[in-house]
Amino acid sequence: MAIGLGHYLTVGTIVFTLGIFGIFLNRKNVIVILMSVELILLSVNINLVAFSTHLGDMVGQVYALLVLTVAAAEAAIGLAILVAYYRNRGSIAVEDINLMKG
Amino acid sequence: MIAALFFYLFGGVCVASAFMVIAARNPVHSVLFLILAFVNAAGLFVLMGAEFLAMILIFVYVGAVAVLFLFVVMMLDVNFTEMRQGFLQYLPIGAVVGCIMLAELLLVVGGWAVNPNVTLASPTPPVNEITNTEALGLILYTKYVYFFQAAALVLLVAMIGAIVLTLHHRAHVRRQSIAAQVARGPATAIEIRKVRSGEGLRPHDAKEGV
Repeated sequence: MAIGLGHYLTVGTIVFTLGIFGIFLNRKNVIVILMSVELILLSVNINLVAFSTHLGDMVGQVYALLVLTVAAAEAAIGLAILVAYYRNRGSIAVEDINLMKG
Repeated sequence: MIAALFFYLFGGVCVASAFMVIAARNPVHSVLFLILAFVNAAGLFVLMGAEFLAMILIFVYVGAVAVLFLFVVMMLDVNFTEMRQGFLQYLPIGAVVGCIMLAELLLVVGGWAVNPNVTLASPTPPVNEITNTEALGLILYTKYVYFFQAAALVLLVAMIGAIVLTLHHRAHVRRQSIAAQVARGPATAIEIRKVRSGEGLRPHDAKEGV
């Protein structure tokens, strides 16, 4: 059977849902939350590339490149914040991050 | 036929390792499963004909981001088993939200159609004439050069931000002062003293400078 657009969209959908699920499931572990965000961005990329090849339009791949850049920058900044926070507080528990609650 | 086989291989392993990312007990295992998910997504990209993005995915994610995650997970001395508590407490709400999202997305995927009159912004050139990398480069540096510049600026800001956040100067650390070392001459470094016989030179004498 031929593999069409719907198959790739299904993979993207499942990975996206797993990312959302991971954010809820690992509420205490901020590193796994960051990894879940990476999964969500990966599923967005799968969608963009699937539509790009299905429609025969290169813009989807250009935009996927931009999403990839933003994902890498987000990971670097998120982990830098994590390291700075750990240096100040000695823990990275999400429930301790409430200094700015007002 | 072989393409379908490889699609199910890459897609299945990608979904399974994405599940293991959120379900693994040890965050190091989570990072390793994240690498596996990204490698299999790169395989899917190759199947779709986006070879350049597949290679970039491997370079950027497996080469940089995943190693960064591993480094941070191993550097921070955190009790991860403690963090697992409350895992089952959040399971129902997470399952509800996840199932609603999945149902909505499947409805969208099932009920969607492409407008047949859609005009393409940059049609893909035929594969037998020009490779994917070349086609991407031909439009990325001409028509979408501002996209490219914006991506570069995002990376620049991220780089500066990460350095500013993590760089810190420790107090009470004695560092080498090269200027002081170079400026040292015989006048400041050598002292000639006469020592009487039978008497030593005690340390506090040297400080007083007889």
